[in-house]
Amino acid sequence: MLLVPCPNCGPRNSADLRYGGESHARPDPATASPLQWRGYLYLRDNPADWLRETWYCRSGCRRWFTLERNTATNEFRDPPLPGDKRGGKA
Amino acid sequence: MRRRPAKYSAAALAWRGLRGDSWPRVWRDTELKRSYDAVVVGGGVHGLATAYYLARNHGITDVAVVDKAYLGSGASGRNTAIVRANYLTPEGVAFYDRSLQLYNSMATDLNINVMFSERGHLTLAHSDAALRTMNWRAEVNKLQGVNSSVIDPDEIKKIAPALDTSDHPRHPILGALYHPPGGIVRHDAVVWGYARAADHMGVEMHQKTEVLDILCTGGDGPDGKGAGGRVTGVRTNRGDISTPVVVNCTAGWAGLISAMAGVRLPITTHPLQAAVTEPVKVFLNTVVVSGSLHVYISQTDRGELVFGAAVDPVATYSIRGSLEFTEELAGHVLELMPGISRMRLLRQWSGLCDMTPDYSPVMGFTPVDGFLVDVGWGTYGFKAAPVSGEQIAAAVATGKTPELIAPFALSRFDTGDLVGEKGAAAVGH
Repeated sequence: MLLVPCPNCGPRNSADLRYGGESHARPDPATASPLQWRGYLYLRDNPADWLRETWYCRSGCRRWFTLERNTATNEFRDPPLPGDKRGGKA
Repeated sequence: MRRRPAKYSAAALAWRGLRGDSWPRVWRDTELKRSYDAVVVGGGVHGLATAYYLARNHGITDVAVVDKAYLGSGASGRNTAIVRANYLTPEGVAFYDRSLQLYNSMATDLNINVMFSERGHLTLAHSDAALRTMNWRAEVNKLQGVNSSVIDPDEIKKIAPALDTSDHPRHPILGALYHPPGGIVRHDAVVWGYARAADHMGVEMHQKTEVLDILCTGGDGPDGKGAGGRVTGVRTNRGDISTPVVVNCTAGWAGLISAMAGVRLPITTHPLQAAVTEPVKVFLNTVVVSGSLHVYISQTDRGELVFGAAVDPVATYSIRGSLEFTEELAGHVLELMPGISRMRLLRQWSGLCDMTPDYSPVMGFTPVDGFLVDVGWGTYGFKAAPVSGEQIAAAVATGKTPELIAPFALSRFDTGDLVGEKGAAAVGH
């Protein structure tokens, strides 16, 4: 179990949230080449280190937000506060 | 350099027993050389099979297998040892069927008892949708000549009487895909068998040898890495090795090793938890899988029940177990087999699975010349090891992608030709 620091609901069991995976800026669908778009869809950095990732608090505030977690130790750092711009969907 | 192997046989056992001789070391410990024809990263069953087939089928024996821990320390010793070929995609079925053939003759080929038990494999269906998928899989399998059929609860009860086939459970068993050629193999013996056979042909195994960097030249990224470049060597904690060919056969760390050559992979690393009970008398002589309940069960020759589950939902390199897993697993197993409610779990563990978007592996050449991958093995790596080693070795030796693994090329993610393998254990139905 992971204790996930939701910016709105406080620490929650990870089972209460949906894991959204790595957070990457989405290329503009109007101008991106198929190769760029598929790279965005499929390729991952998958570091064993700090990672910016998205979460959805499905049984709490029902909002998407981004967090930084160390994938080797599962620590979270510097969680956003409510209203923080980082709290929006990446 | 072919060494004289100490053959394993009943006569040799009796002879050595009477004389009080000990058995020779199974593989040598050698000095790490400065140069090899090929370096295989990862001393698991995939890496060792690749080295073995390079030597046996193609005569390439100047090969080093490097592993940062000990041979078979990763997913090769953590999987639930199930083998089967009843997948859903024609590409997948052909591939895993070849693997099953190689497992069938492995004990003779490698002269080691791998304890292959061809005990049959039941994939349970708890809903109409799941039953439809089972029918689909059965038809795809039959077309490819793989023995699979859909059976009803009465027949299931005959094969596995411990299963509750009544309509009482919350998810009653409606039918199953029955695959007689499926079974279990002793996974450690497979690792040791490949290592021993490869060693006899001159391949070197280097344990506690961690790859720190992959040396490249001519690529479009920093330090000559990336597309268009080629591999010149490997930097390890025991010094640099020069080699024109590096094969990435790691699981869990596949993305990190590939990044050292400037290759990005469509992989995220998730742990998968498994558990084993105390040993009891044999009552289950088949492998039972439920995709809907995310559990697979088999009984070992020692009598322990081995349980596996789906991958944990959050990507992480941490392999700590969780109470949630144990509770969920126990609930699901008891729904299938209420009679074992008094059995106790002995231990649980987890291993790392490299999950790809389409539940198919990533095999073959990459944009970096001389850097090959045999990765993305998710929850199906062990059963595919022999054929993967055979095919990757052929790719290294011939410089061409063999037909059997062409659908699994890394380039499929550039073109969008994914191989959606809904027959994988990680996929719920």
